[in-house]
Amino acid sequence: MDSKQLSMKTPLGRVRGSGSARSGTHHFWQQRLTSFAGVPLTIAFIVIVIALLGRNHAATVQILGSPLVAIVMLLFIITMVYHMCLGMQEIIVDYVHGDLIKFLALMGNTCFGVVLALASIYAILKLSFGV
Amino acid sequence: MAETKARVARPLSPHIQIYRFMLTYVMSGFHRVTGAALYFGMLLVVWWLVAAASGPNAYAKVQWFMGTAIGRLVLLGFTWGLIHHTLGGIRHLIWDTLHGFGPSEREWLARATLAGSISLTLVVAIAAYLVVGGGR
Repeated sequence: MDSKQLSMKTPLGRVRGSGSARSGTHHFWQQRLTSFAGVPLTIAFIVIVIALLGRNHAATVQILGSPLVAIVMLLFIITMVYHMCLGMQEIIVDYVHGDLIKFLALMGNTCFGVVLALASIYAILKLSFGV
Repeated sequence: MAETKARVARPLSPHIQIYRFMLTYVMSGFHRVTGAALYFGMLLVVWWLVAAASGPNAYAKVQWFMGTAIGRLVLLGFTWGLIHHTLGGIRHLIWDTLHGFGPSEREWLARATLAGSISLTLVVAIAAYLVVGGGR
């Protein structure tokens, strides 16, 4: 008896999630979304860094903590950390083949991104609110 | 079914060393290498932000390092990597619209990415020197 006829699942439901990537185009789409958003944010980041070059600590804190600069920096950091973790995930699954080392590398990748994002967000908010 | 476990020596697809040199595959490699470098380069950005939030002493250390020859070289490399990866990303976004795949187009895009990243890096470096030289 053909098991297909007994299942109540639709053909799409049967195959969904069973590909080698376990998911569809989500990773691809997130990568494109963050790269699209990343273009203006990267330009803004470069402008901000040039504007801050050589300034002393007090002036840097004042500029980095001002609302517009802080919001742009937050957007830049969050977008880029997400983008770079997606990219590194792609590199890991391309080149790391042992199961244990691969999962350790993927976990390390996620942890690296979370730590970097959280540290930056904390720093920018501290500069903004001057605590 | 023990025989299914025996390893069969399957033919592998050839790797890049057998192909004729082409700018497009070098640029593909550059995109991944600059992406991976920026991944770790982001540590510098975080160090800079956390130092600014920590206080004048911590910030002075960042400023000292960025002023050294190695620091400036790292900054120049980071700047080039960031601009190159951004331009390479724009190239990929163009490809996502199904444009720019023709033989002359993809070659032109690869050259434009490289020329653009080098010249824009020089512009940023000159701007940086002018700003720092401005005596703040």
